[in-house]
Amino acid sequence: MTDTPQQSVTATAGIEPGEPSTDVAPAREAAAPARSLTSDAWRQLRRKPAFWFSVVLIALFVAMAAFPGLFTSIDPRQVFDVRQEPSAEHWFGTDGQGYDIYSRTIHGARASILVGILTTVATTLIGGAVGILAAYFGGWLDTIVSRITDVFFAIPVLLGGILFMSAFPSDQSTPYLSVVLKVVAALTILGWPSLARLMRGSVLQVLPNDYIQAARALGASPWRIITKHVLPNSLAPILVVSTINLGVFIVAEATLSFLGIGLVPPAVSWGVAINEGLTFLRTFPHIPLFPSLFLSLGVLAFIMLGDAARDAFDPKSR
Amino acid sequence: MTTTTQPRGRRDAQATASDYRPGPDGLLLEVDDLHVEFHTEDGVARAINGVNFDLHAGETLAILGESGSGKSVTAQAIMGILDMPPAKIPRGAIRYCGQDLLTMPDEQRRKTRGPEISMIFQDALSSLNPVFPVGWQIAEMFRKHRGMNKSDATAQAVRLMERVQIPAAKQRVRAFPHQFSGGMRQRIMIAMAIALDPAVLIADEPTTALDVTVQAQIMALLAELQEERQMGLILITHDLGVVADVADRIAVMYCGRIMERADVLELYRRPAHPYTLGLLESIPRLDQKGQELSAIGGLPPNLLRLPSGCEFHPRCRFVQDVCRRDRPELTAVVGAAPGRESACHFSEEVHRG
Amino acid sequence: MGKYVIRRLLQMIPVVLGTTFIIYAMVFALPGDPTAGKCGDRGCPPAVVAEIREQYNLDDPVPVAYVKYLGKLATGDLGENTYGIPVTQDLAQRYAITGKLALMAIAIEAVIGILAGVLAAIRKGSFLDSLILVSTLVVISVPVFVIGVLAQFYFGVRLGWFPVTVTSRNPSMYQLLMPAIVLASLSMAYVTRLTRTNLAENLRADYVRTAKAKGLTQRRAIGLHALRNSMIPVVTFMGYDFGALLGGAIVTERIFNIQGIGGYIFQSINHRDGFAVVGAVTALVIVYLIVNLVVDLLYGVLDPRISHD
Repeated sequence: MTDTPQQSVTATAGIEPGEPSTDVAPAREAAAPARSLTSDAWRQLRRKPAFWFSVVLIALFVAMAAFPGLFTSIDPRQVFDVRQEPSAEHWFGTDGQGYDIYSRTIHGARASILVGILTTVATTLIGGAVGILAAYFGGWLDTIVSRITDVFFAIPVLLGGILFMSAFPSDQSTPYLSVVLKVVAALTILGWPSLARLMRGSVLQVLPNDYIQAARALGASPWRIITKHVLPNSLAPILVVSTINLGVFIVAEATLSFLGIGLVPPAVSWGVAINEGLTFLRTFPHIPLFPSLFLSLGVLAFIMLGDAARDAFDPKSR
Repeated sequence: MTTTTQPRGRRDAQATASDYRPGPDGLLLEVDDLHVEFHTEDGVARAINGVNFDLHAGETLAILGESGSGKSVTAQAIMGILDMPPAKIPRGAIRYCGQDLLTMPDEQRRKTRGPEISMIFQDALSSLNPVFPVGWQIAEMFRKHRGMNKSDATAQAVRLMERVQIPAAKQRVRAFPHQFSGGMRQRIMIAMAIALDPAVLIADEPTTALDVTVQAQIMALLAELQEERQMGLILITHDLGVVADVADRIAVMYCGRIMERADVLELYRRPAHPYTLGLLESIPRLDQKGQELSAIGGLPPNLLRLPSGCEFHPRCRFVQDVCRRDRPELTAVVGAAPGRESACHFSEEVHRG
Repeated sequence: MGKYVIRRLLQMIPVVLGTTFIIYAMVFALPGDPTAGKCGDRGCPPAVVAEIREQYNLDDPVPVAYVKYLGKLATGDLGENTYGIPVTQDLAQRYAITGKLALMAIAIEAVIGILAGVLAAIRKGSFLDSLILVSTLVVISVPVFVIGVLAQFYFGVRLGWFPVTVTSRNPSMYQLLMPAIVLASLSMAYVTRLTRTNLAENLRADYVRTAKAKGLTQRRAIGLHALRNSMIPVVTFMGYDFGALLGGAIVTERIFNIQGIGGYIFQSINHRDGFAVVGAVTALVIVYLIVNLVVDLLYGVLDPRISHD
């Protein structure tokens, strides 16, 4: 500050001379207790019915996938009279081959949940790791990663999935698990780059912070800085998007099965059931209805959970 | 365009352009017992609690206050651009040329914004639309209020840009806000605000976001335009230095009330309210080098829970019991020049020094 | 602007190269027999295998084979299907149908999505807003093929408002209307949400306050000043989402039996005709790349802050 008699001074500067005036209502800001973002987000989440609704749904579907026996004692491959309407004996009726639709729908959860969870874990780990490394080390590594993600970005997920699955076709003799893993591989190859890009962005926002600079100055190793300081502060966005993606991957799996390029009969899955049930749309609409309903509810649960988490972590949206 | 230096010359030159006539002594604007409150989740924040002032043609009134003192809310209430809800005006009147803006039909009031009352905002970068060329944004005033066609309106925009001293105005009329420097952007805001030759111009912290040297240029430009068009200028600021150069009268606001009102030189010479005194003492001065700078202790109160009695009492060094009990009204200061008013039980004593 | 277009075109070259390489690698270069399953369930006779290896240069080193494949792509050669008919010939007549369907879907998605988003944003917190938000959530959760099947059943079979299937080689707008709405539904929901979020945020922007202070009507302040800014991310999204639309077209055309590229891909999958699938999908990916370039250029026009130099 230069000393002139007509010095410009802000009215707020009365408190602390020399400090540039900031446009905050000081009393209210100072009164609010300091809370961490995570605990604040959790507080937000707990109050939301949508959050609990989706958590309960997800728990149900995961239980269905892991222990279908808890929900039904009917073997999904047992044959009854074909095309029965829903009844006390067959809650959802029977399908074109005479299978019990309720049992098939319960057992069909496994493929969707398996693909959803495995793909989400794989894309999050790969995308997250690549994103952190690219952002933290920068330079040529960052350039290469950015170009690679650009390239993968140019391939729409479903189109890429169709390409991959038709390049590695399955038939009735292919084991269930290997088809599931093939779908997971296809979706992972196409899904990780968007998460890497997201992670890179959020790490780049965290890096300039003083606490990172301080840790560097104190000689902490990159591993320690990343795990102790960078990761906890940049994880929220990727977790939110991964949750939503889980729903998206479930849709992608079902769509591939629906197109006859993912799981194929005799495998039991929602996509396969909907594909087969379509034939009876005009005459027995209950056959495609129930697997469609379960599939939609499963996707809804993950998307709602992701939405709720996003709102909780993003103060701007409140 | 005709410009004249006589008072109210603007109205004579464009007699047909306006339905509004100022009062006999050039009275343009009367703000009468204005109250504004914000209804929030946490309760009702009383942002303005009975503000009175008037404004005449050719006069500059400075409203001085800290952030949260209600000065910007006052300006936005006059402009009619408060978001209601959450804002609410439970009491008061804002009369422009004798007509109450608050009870006027919305459509009629909208048409006063621009041709009659106009406003300049603090941050020109965010206040100008980033996706439209600056010339287009100025020309919009002529097209929408005067029904001018595009090319005539653009020609007017260029003329205005030249008037506010933007170099190469003709070439830059199609440029976008982000392509200008901060000072140039504020000039564009000014050009837009004066486009329709308003009678009242409100400048809300027009120089806060700018460098000190540019601040002086912008203030000089504003003063020049005001002189030329005989506008009534309301200058909202927290900067005592800006006020001294250009204002005729000052109203000091605190907690949504006017604490003191005076001619500018009077107020600087002998403040009659402890808050004003504190503000003036917190200006560093060359002749007191080496001494500790005095400051007003404490923070402004929470608008949700205003203190009893005088709003300033928790921070006042002259505080007495009466201050905690009774809220002092804004009244004439005994023994001071006419027109001096202060809302303090001890204004006489403070004024005497 | 000219320089900007050229720079964007240059930047696209590595992306196109990379993308086609990934496609090539996935189909022909990864471990595994590229001829497996290509000739139906029984496997290919040796002569066919030899022909395939020759056609895709599988006996050359990978980079050489890739360059040769690229050369073919550049001349519009997408290979032949199992019947020896060039894939491009199959596709030509189907492009028009899928193009019409996609354009209709984009128009529906833009008009309805933006309109609903604007309504929700200016009435934020109202019943209408909640209704719109819940509807979008439902549409996002229910997969396109389920929506398609349901629409086909209720509006086609039950109510008879629309044809149940569209087998014509030259379908009318009316025939394609229901499939187009189905195809547009998912993107429409996202466009609605994006418009709502952005507009709601921009309504609080300083320049909207300025627009009001300029004495502009509410309609102009919101409909022009705020909306124009809110459209920038929406257009970007629609470009990015065009890929999902193409994927959705495969599903939609399969449900409604439409004779477009999607229907062709589906039939080829059913016939285990790998070359036809790869060729047609590659063509779609290239269309997607071009659309993205156009959107990128449009983005520069929409948002002047993006540098054109």
